[in-house]
Amino acid sequence: MIFATVGTQLPFERLIRGLDSWAEQNPGVSIFAQTGEAGYQPSNIDFSVSLSPVEFESRFEEADVVVAHAGMGTILQCLDIYKPLIIMPRIASQGEHRNDHQLATAEKFKRFDNIQVVENDEELWKALDNPPSPDSDLSSNSDNLEQLINEIRTFVQQG
Amino acid sequence: MADKVKIILVASHGGHWIQLQRLLPAFENASLHFVTTNPEITVDAGARLSIVQDANLNEKLALLKLAFQVFRVVLKSRPDVVFSTGAAPGFFALMFGKLFGAKTIWLDSIANAQQLSVSGQKVKPFADLWLTQWEELSGPEGPEYKGAVV
Repeated sequence: MIFATVGTQLPFERLIRGLDSWAEQNPGVSIFAQTGEAGYQPSNIDFSVSLSPVEFESRFEEADVVVAHAGMGTILQCLDIYKPLIIMPRIASQGEHRNDHQLATAEKFKRFDNIQVVENDEELWKALDNPPSPDSDLSSNSDNLEQLINEIRTFVQQG
Repeated sequence: MADKVKIILVASHGGHWIQLQRLLPAFENASLHFVTTNPEITVDAGARLSIVQDANLNEKLALLKLAFQVFRVVLKSRPDVVFSTGAAPGFFALMFGKLFGAKTIWLDSIANAQQLSVSGQKVKPFADLWLTQWEELSGPEGPEYKGAVV
């Protein structure tokens, strides 16, 4: 199953529209999308404007591939369990966000092999045809986390 | 034996909260009081939880209410340490925590890869430890880079 989410703040028409077109060509694939308030309403996929945390969890767990905007919550959640993730960053010039920080976020996270960054429909469709398939583990970056935990622990305990 | 260290951990709904969860091993053996904006959150037995208003800097009235709520939490809890991954609730928690003599730590969200969050910039005078998760954003005047959640 493919689970798409655009987060709680803003709709993301470009992503949902692109996914909707792909779904039309791939009727056998089960897709569910969380589209955001006042968003574009897809005609080829099941969707909900918003999801409760419980519903979100269950859709997320069920998904083989997650498709999302470059929101940190979803990125971290996918990194945690190394779930394949396709991200399309929101772009300010398209009115998709207030600024272009999602481009920077996407740039930083594309080094993880469970993450694929796409910037337009064609790239999205290609990624959906061949979703990222992680084959390494997270050990390369668990060093960063361990270091941070140690630094904070030391600071908390001293004096 | 001395009392457990009292720590207030503040994180808004979503990515901030997930980042905080990854760092919990840093706060073992302490008495924890979580503060978040998501009423559906639950925490382990033994830990305390306060839900506060969500607000951004453009929402003056909501901010005021949030500041008051956080003030009450800090006043009642009298923490030894205040830690936050952001955003606005964490800013106020560090500010009031500092006022009451707590040790304060700000970890700017990893989402802020190009520049520090607005809360993260404003919190500088109240943060004893002021951290970014991107090495390229660190500098001699701070913030410091000491690792990241991924």
